Amino acid sequence: MMKVLEGSQAVAEAVRLARVKVVSAYPITPQTHIVEELARYCAEGSLDGRFICVESEHSAMASVIGSAAGGVRSFTASSSHGLAYMHEMLHWAAGARLPIVMVDVNRALGPGWNLWMDQSDSLSQRDTGWMQFYCADGQEALDTTLQAFRLAEMVHLPAMVNLDAFFLSHTYEPVEVPDAQTVDAFLPPYEPPFKMDQGHPLGLCGVAPPGVYMEMRRNMQMAMDSVPDLLDQIEDDFFIRFGRRYGSLETYRCADADVVVVTTGTASGTARVAVDQLREQGEKAGLLRLRLFRPFPSRAVRQALEKIEKAAVLDRNCSFGSGGIFANELKAALHGKGGTAVYSYISGLGGRDITVDLIKELYTKTRDADRPDSESVWLGLKEELMLR
Amino acid sequence: MFNYDQYLRLDKFPLIWCSGCGDGIVLKSLLRAVHKLGLQKDQICMVSGIGCSSRLPGYVDFNTLHTTHGRALTFATGIKMARPELTVLVITGDGDATAIGGNHYIHAARRNIDLTVLLFNNHIYGMTGGQVSPTTAKGKKASTAPYGSFENTFNISGLAQAAGASFVARSGVYNPVQLENYIVKAIQKKGFSLVEIMSPCPTAYGRRNREGTPVDMIAWQKENSVPVAKAGQLTPEELEGKLITGILVDIERSECRAEYQKLIDRLAQS
Repeated sequence: MMKVLEGSQAVAEAVRLARVKVVSAYPITPQTHIVEELARYCAEGSLDGRFICVESEHSAMASVIGSAAGGVRSFTASSSHGLAYMHEMLHWAAGARLPIVMVDVNRALGPGWNLWMDQSDSLSQRDTGWMQFYCADGQEALDTTLQAFRLAEMVHLPAMVNLDAFFLSHTYEPVEVPDAQTVDAFLPPYEPPFKMDQGHPLGLCGVAPPGVYMEMRRNMQMAMDSVPDLLDQIEDDFFIRFGRRYGSLETYRCADADVVVVTTGTASGTARVAVDQLREQGEKAGLLRLRLFRPFPSRAVRQALEKIEKAAVLDRNCSFGSGGIFANELKAALHGKGGTAVYSYISGLGGRDITVDLIKELYTKTRDADRPDSESVWLGLKEELMLR
Repeated sequence: MFNYDQYLRLDKFPLIWCSGCGDGIVLKSLLRAVHKLGLQKDQICMVSGIGCSSRLPGYVDFNTLHTTHGRALTFATGIKMARPELTVLVITGDGDATAIGGNHYIHAARRNIDLTVLLFNNHIYGMTGGQVSPTTAKGKKASTAPYGSFENTFNISGLAQAAGASFVARSGVYNPVQLENYIVKAIQKKGFSLVEIMSPCPTAYGRRNREGTPVDMIAWQKENSVPVAKAGQLTPEELEGKLITGILVDIERSECRAEYQKLIDRLAQS
C-alpha cells in the first residue's frame, strides 16, 4: 500500500514487517521518531515484540546483543553521540556474530553541539565489523532495512542502515509499504544456528587466547567478503517480489562521462539535478551513488569507473589528518587498477546544505584540474569564520 | 528589584525553554542564591550534561561547560580536582543524572566530593519530545510509553542519600524562596550536595498527561508537597503520590579531596 511516510516511519514499518521480537532504544534526536513508533506498535500488539526503554545507548546495544543471543530478531536505532557511546558493544555484536540490525540517523558529533546531518558518527564505526548501508530516500530506507535482516542472518554479521538526519529521517515522501505476506516469504522467521536455549545450553563469548582469536577475526573478514555476491542474490529475489533493486552502488549518466560525481545519501538527489543541468549545457557529467560502504564494494566501483577519467568524491565527513573517508576508500579500491583520478571534496558538515551550485562547482573544479590536490578540498566554507 | 542581568549572558536570550517551563524559576532562584553568598562570577564553574535543564549554563556569565549526556558529574569531578578553589555547580536532570549518568551519580555521592548538584526533575525527557524517564510515574504517558509507563521509578533524593551524600534537599518551583535557601545551604556544605527540584514540563509531559496549564502543574506541587517533618506522622498509604520536601540529609561526612590531602600530608611526614 502506498503511504506518505517520514523516513523514520518507513524504517518503523520495515521493522514491524520483519516481525522483530525485541527493540531496545534510548532517545536521541533525530532518531527518536523511529523508536517512538515501535514502542507504540509493541504496546498495541501490531508488532508482537517487546520494547525496552533502556537507560543509555550502551545498554540498548547490550540488551539487543542479549536478545539476539537468545535467538530472536532484534533491532535498535541511534544517532551521533548515542552511536559513539555504543562503540564497545558494536565490536561485541559483530564479534559474537549476531545479526542485529540497527538504523543510525547520521548526525554530527560535538562539541560544538550540533543536531544536523554529518556522517562522522557512522564512519567512525567502520572498523567494528558491521555492514553499512547509506540510503537516499524513504523507500530505500524501508527496503534496505528488510534486506539488511536477511543479509545479516545469512552472513552472521550485524548491519547498520544509515539515514541522513532530517533530510531523510524527518522528510515525508510516498513510500510503498509491502504486504506482510510477501515480506514473510522474502524474510522467513530467523533460525539461529546457535541460541540460548534450555535444549542446547551454551557458553557464549568466552576467552579466546592467541591460539584461536586470529581465525575468528579472519572468519569475520571472509563473511564480509561474501556480502557483495549475496546482496546481489538477495536483491534478485527482492526484485521479483517487490519490483525494486538498488545494488551496492547506483550509476547515472556515467556511460560517456568525463567526470563522475560520487555521493552518498540524500545529496545524491541534488547531484542528479546538477548532473542533468550540466548535461543540458553540453558537459559530460555523471553520478555514482555509493549505497554499500562496509564491505566496501571495490569490484563494483572498479567496474563502474573503468573508463572514467576523473571521479569527484563529495564527503560529508572528515578523518582529521587524512581527509574525506569515501574518497580515501575509493582511492584504495582503484589503486593499481586503471587510470581514474580521484578528486576529494569535503562539504555539508554539521547540516550545511549541499546545493546544486555546489555540486556544479565541484564538477567544474575537477574538470579544469590537471591532477588532484594531495589533500581534500573543502567547499562552501565561510571566509569570515576561517582561521588565517 | 533584584538585578538578574548582572549574572546573565543576555546576548544568548531568548531562552530555549518553552513558555510555562519551570526551569526559568530555578535559574532565578540560583542567581539570588549566588548573590546572597557573595560569590564572584568567575569563582563559579557550572557544568551540565544534556537535556532542557542542561541548557542553563549557556545563559549565565560564569565559567561554564556543557558536556555530554550523563557525564556532567565526571567532568565536574575533574575540574574540582584541578581547580579546588572554584565553586563547582552541576546542572542536570532526571534523565541525564539517573538514567544514562546513573553510575556517575551514585559514585560522586559515594566519593562525597565537594560538588553542588541542582537536579531538575520534570519526570520526562523533555528536549527529545517526551520519552519515558526513570522518574515517569507508573501509568503516566510518554512518547515511548503511549499507554502509560509500567516500570518502577527512582527516588532520586533517596539514591543520593543511600550513596553517601552530605546534603540532600527536595523542593519545587512553586516555592522559589525555599529553593533559593536550599541552594545556599547546598553550596555552603562541604561534600556532595544535592537539591532535587521539581520543575514542571507542560509541553512534553503536561499536555500528554492532561495535567492542565503550567499554573495548574505548579499548584499541583504545592497541594501535594508534604514537609519532611510532617511526613513522619503519615502512613505509607497517605504518602502515596506525595512529594516529601525539605532538607532530607544534612550531615558532616569526610569529603573526598580533604581525605586525599590528609593521606598526602601523612606520607610527607613519614
